[in-house]
Amino acid sequence: MIELKSVSKGYDGHSVLRDINLTIPTGRFVVLVGGSGAGKTTLLKTINALIQPDRGTVSIDGVATHAIEPHALRRSIGYVFQDVGLFPHMTVAQNIGITPQLLGIDDAEIAERVEGLLKLVALPAGLALRLPSQLSGGQRQRVAVARALAAAPRIVLMDEPFGALDPVSRGKLADDYRTLHRHLGLTSVLVTHDVTEAVLLADRIVVLADGEIVADGVPGALLQGHEDPRVNALFDAPRRQERRIREVAGA
Amino acid sequence: MHDQLIQALRLLPDRLAWHVILSASALALACALSLPLAVLAYRHRGLRWPLLGFSSLVQTIPSLALLALFYPLLLGLSALTKTVLHHGFSALGYLPSLLALSLYAMLPLLRNTMAALDGIDPAVIEAARGVGMTAKQRLRLVELPLAAPVIMAGVRTASVWTIGAATLSTPIGQTSLGDYIFSGLQTENWIDVLVGVAASAVLALVVDQLLARVERGLGASGRAGRAGTRLGLGALAVVLALALSPLLIPAAGGGYVIGAKTFSEQYILAELTAQRLERARAHVARKLNLGSAVAYRALAAGDLDVYVDYSGTLWTNVLGRTDNPGREAVLKQLTAELKARDGVTVLGPLGFENAYALAMQRNTAMRLGIRSLIDLTLVAPSLRFGSDLEFTSRPEWASLQTAYGLKFGQIKQFEPTFMYRALEGGEADVITAFSSDGRIAADNLLVLPDPRGALPPYDAVVLISPKRAGDSRLIGALGPLIGKIDAETMRRANLSVDRDTNKVSPAEAARSLGDSIGLPR
Repeated sequence: MIELKSVSKGYDGHSVLRDINLTIPTGRFVVLVGGSGAGKTTLLKTINALIQPDRGTVSIDGVATHAIEPHALRRSIGYVFQDVGLFPHMTVAQNIGITPQLLGIDDAEIAERVEGLLKLVALPAGLALRLPSQLSGGQRQRVAVARALAAAPRIVLMDEPFGALDPVSRGKLADDYRTLHRHLGLTSVLVTHDVTEAVLLADRIVVLADGEIVADGVPGALLQGHEDPRVNALFDAPRRQERRIREVAGA
Repeated sequence: MHDQLIQALRLLPDRLAWHVILSASALALACALSLPLAVLAYRHRGLRWPLLGFSSLVQTIPSLALLALFYPLLLGLSALTKTVLHHGFSALGYLPSLLALSLYAMLPLLRNTMAALDGIDPAVIEAARGVGMTAKQRLRLVELPLAAPVIMAGVRTASVWTIGAATLSTPIGQTSLGDYIFSGLQTENWIDVLVGVAASAVLALVVDQLLARVERGLGASGRAGRAGTRLGLGALAVVLALALSPLLIPAAGGGYVIGAKTFSEQYILAELTAQRLERARAHVARKLNLGSAVAYRALAAGDLDVYVDYSGTLWTNVLGRTDNPGREAVLKQLTAELKARDGVTVLGPLGFENAYALAMQRNTAMRLGIRSLIDLTLVAPSLRFGSDLEFTSRPEWASLQTAYGLKFGQIKQFEPTFMYRALEGGEADVITAFSSDGRIAADNLLVLPDPRGALPPYDAVVLISPKRAGDSRLIGALGPLIGKIDAETMRRANLSVDRDTNKVSPAEAARSLGDSIGLPR
C-alpha cells in the first residue's frame, strides 16, 4: 500500500504539488492523468524519493520512505522513465540486470532472470547483447519495462512509458503490461497525459490539475461526467472518440 | 656527420628512457590529481571556477619558467625536511620536473573531464538514481564510462604537451631528450638538435596514436568498452609504479655528480673533470645544461659534487658584491666567504679568465673610432646591443651603466651561439663576448678594454660541494688542473667545439686539452 499524506512540493516559490492525500492499495493499477505541468511526474517521483517533498510524508506498507536509504528504496521499486532512460553504454542484458547487480545477486542468477524477462516482455533472446542504440523504439520500451521488473519489485512506477510509440505497438505493449501487472500481482502507478490510454489500463484514475487531485474514481464513473469542468474537458476526448466510432460503425 | 649521428644515437636509450619515465609519471600524477578534482567540481559547482582559473593561470606561465621556479621552491622544502626530519631530498632534476609538468598537464585534463561529465544526458543520470545506484556507483558505472572518451581526448592533449615540454627539464638537471636540443644549440651541433627534436616528436606521435586506440576502445561501449577501461586503469597503475621507481634510486648513485652550465667551455671542462675522475676509477654522472643560478645552488645543496664557475659571477650573483678589489683579492675573499657561508670549497683557479667583455667587429670599431668602453659611450645610443640571455639582468650590467653611462639604442637577447651570429650578420653592433671564447680570435673581434674596472675578474674556479670537501680522490684527481689552463689553451679547445667545420665533441676536446697541458691519459 502506498500512502501520501499532505504532500507538497514547490520550486522557486511556485507550487507544483499542493497538499496531496492519496492511498493506493496493494495490487491496484492507478493511472495519474492531467495536462502538462499538472504535477503528475513530480507526484510519481516522490513515491521512490527521486524528489523529496517539502512537506508531508510518503509511506509504503506503513513505513515512511524518508526513513529508508533512497538507493535501497529505489532498488525495491521498479521505475520506467519517460524517455526510457536506458544506459547507452550497456547492453540490453546489462541494462535489465543492473538492479539485481546492485543488490549483489550472482551473475548466473542474473543471466537466468534476464532470459526470463526478455521472454516476459516478448523480446527475442538474441537482443540480449545489443546496445540500446541498436533497438527500435518499441523494443527499447520493452527493455525499460523488463529492467523495472528485474529485481522482482512489488511496486512499479511508470512515467509516460508508451509515449513515443506508434499507436499499434503502443496498444500491444499496454495490453502486455496490463497482463503482467495481473500475473505478477504488482501495484502499478502510471503517468500519462493520454486519457484514452488511462481508461484502457486503469483500475482507478486520479486526475491532477494545478498540483491538486481534482478527481479520483474508476474509469467508467469519470466517463459519465464530473462536476469539475477541467476533468470534464479531459474526458471529452475519449467520449467523442467513442461517439464517432459508434456513428461510423453504425453507418 | 656519420660519426656525429652515431655518437648522438648512442646516448638515445638513456635520454629516451628518462624522457618517457618523466612524461609518463607527470601525466599519471596529473591524472591522479585532475580526475578526482574534476569529479569534485562536478558535484560542487562552486569549485569549478577556482580550479579552471588556477589551471589556466598555470598555463600562462611559460613552461621553462615554471620548471625553473620549482627548483628554488623544492630546495627550500628540502632544507626544511632536513632540519625537521633529518632527511632531505634531491631538489634537482626529477622532482621539480615532475611537479611542474604535472601542473602544466592539468588544464586539458580538468577541462575535458568537467565538460565530459556535464555533457551526460540528465535523463541517463536520473535513470541511474532511479534504478537504485548510490552516488559512488553512479560515478563508476555510468558517469565515468560515458565520460571516458572525452576524458581520453584530454589525456591525449595533455600527453602531447607534456612530451614536448619535458625537453625543457634539461636546465634543471633532469636527463631528457632536451639534452640534445640544449647542448646541440650551444655547440651548433645540428645533428644533435635534430635527433632530440625528431625523437620527442616521434614519441609524441606514437603515444598519441596508442591513446587514440584506447579512446576508440572506450567509445565502443559494452563489453569492449569495459575491457578498454580496465586496460587503461591497468596501464595507469604500471605507469605510476614506473613513475615512483626513479625516486628509489639514490640521486648520485654513489658516484660523483659533475655539473655544467649551458655553453661549450662548460661541457669541455665537465668532460675533462669526468675523464680525470674516471682515470681514478671513480663513477661519474653528468648533469649538463644547468641554469647559471641552478648550478651553484645545486652544488651547495649537495645535488652536484663538482663544477667550474667563474669568480666574477660568484662575486656578484652569490655574494652580491659590486666592488672590484682586483683579481687576487676577489679570489681570496671568495674562497673564504663561500666556505663560511655555504661550506663550498673553492679548489682553486684553472688559470684562465672567461670574462664578460663587450666586443665589436674590428672594422666597425675602427670606422667609429672606438678603442675602449669610454669611446663606446659616445656612440652607443645609435648602436644595437646583443646580449646573452642573462647579462642585462646581472649586476655587472648595472655597474657598467653606472661607470660609463652606457645607453644603447636597442638591446636584444640571444643564445650565445646566435649572439655571435648576430654580430657577424649585422643584426647587432656590440655583443657581450666571453674572453675565453675561441670565436673572438676566429671572427676577428675587438674586445673593448674596461679602463674603469667596472667588470670584475672572471677566473675559472673549480668548486666542490660541502659533502665532498675532504674527498681525497676528488681533490687528487682535480688538483693537477689548477693553474694549468691558460686562456689561449681554453680558447683553442672552445673553438674546436664551436667552429663550423672539423667540429669535435666536448669529450674529444677535453682529451686534447688534457694532452696539451701534459696530463697522462
